[in-house]
Amino acid sequence: MAKRNASMSVAGLAVPVRIWAQRFAFLALLALAFALMLLSKAETGALQQARVVIVDSVAPVLSVLSRPVEAGQNVSRSVKSFFIVHAENDRLRQENDRLLRWMQTARQLEVENATLRAQLEYVPESAPRAVTARVIADTGGAFYHSLLINAGARHFVQRGQAVVSQAGVVGRVAEVGDRSARVLLLTDLNSRIPAIVESTGDRVIVTGNNTNWPSVTYLASNSPVSVGDRVVTSGHGGVFPPGLPIGMISEASESRIVLQPTVEIARLSEARILDYGVEGILPPPEQVPAVGTTQ
Amino acid sequence: MNQTGFGTIGNIARRVVPGVTILLLVLLVHLHLPLPFYAEVAPALPLMGIYYWAVFRPDLMPRILVFTIGLFQDALIGAPFGLSAMVYLLAHGFVLSQRRFLVGKPFWIFWSGFAIIAPVAGALTWFLTSVFRGALLPSDVVLASVVLTVVAFPAIAWLLLHSQRWLVGAAEPA
Repeated sequence: MAKRNASMSVAGLAVPVRIWAQRFAFLALLALAFALMLLSKAETGALQQARVVIVDSVAPVLSVLSRPVEAGQNVSRSVKSFFIVHAENDRLRQENDRLLRWMQTARQLEVENATLRAQLEYVPESAPRAVTARVIADTGGAFYHSLLINAGARHFVQRGQAVVSQAGVVGRVAEVGDRSARVLLLTDLNSRIPAIVESTGDRVIVTGNNTNWPSVTYLASNSPVSVGDRVVTSGHGGVFPPGLPIGMISEASESRIVLQPTVEIARLSEARILDYGVEGILPPPEQVPAVGTTQ
Repeated sequence: MNQTGFGTIGNIARRVVPGVTILLLVLLVHLHLPLPFYAEVAPALPLMGIYYWAVFRPDLMPRILVFTIGLFQDALIGAPFGLSAMVYLLAHGFVLSQRRFLVGKPFWIFWSGFAIIAPVAGALTWFLTSVFRGALLPSDVVLASVVLTVVAFPAIAWLLLHSQRWLVGAAEPA
């Protein structure tokens, strides 16, 4: 009888202990999550490294999962082009005529340019190396505007490099793993791209705001910009080369000026990562000449 | 219980089904689909998985698994580590506390429970991210995402129900 009572009391104690242990585990995990958030704010190297390793390890899975989406996209494109083939043919013929005229003009300008450069002994800019990569994931959604691509350090992708498509600027490389990289889109809150309004020559900054329409900031108040003006990279800051199209001004009012990017991110299946050999604003410490060693 | 005859390996495989399905949902929600605005308003598929398994198989959905899935998602999307983990832990804790009102009830009650959790989780994520990024982020896309999440829930719940029937089985009696 006494033995039975003892076992009952142990059983009676075990349930509250289990409940308390579960509550403690819940609070401990919440506290851990909060602590990790604070550590992330401090941008510790270990956490960034952990993120890169995790993304790198799932990149092949994402690459495989994105294949059917790409195949579906190709099929729908083929079906669509089948139905509009005649109209498309007419359009392309007209475009071809127009482009042939442009080609004549371009050839004349090329010759003229070469002659003028020879006279000025102009040093030509080196052509960039480029890596083309597939977009394997659209990460972030409403809160972060970024993409994952299937090229990384092993393909010579480096942090800070410009990412472009045929249409124009996509963003810049923000994180690099061995075989994947994260691209911070020009629409993200953290994106700042030095630019020029083509028609007026005004220097501006294209500032991401987590919507699909980035703002144009630091524009002089008396600048005569208008809707439809093209905005291209200025090359200042050493990340983006000059002259890459970013977008067109879609709204210009007293309070704000916004841009419609030339790149349609949703339809972007491949992106080019450009290596201009520029390392950002500051060179690595070992390349900075020591003070006082010059003659 | 061991109806499919997989033996020990089958048992282990059954135990990991909830975690694997949610990890798959994390990856699927971030696929790059050629639909304008989809990335911003994509439904919160992983939250659906956590809700479903917490109601029907809480024994296979421990807190540490919820925490790990949250960290994995944070790593993938570039969010601060711990943000999704915290939101998922709170949602999971709430579901467990209200589970007795959801189990064995008609589907619309189960769906209504999710329709309460999804906006709260969406608002909490928006708030924490806004604080972390130091700017008030657009809230209209969050609202659209929450609506899509609630609307899309039956489809994902149907898929999870079938994965449970085929691979996992009903909850063992307590």
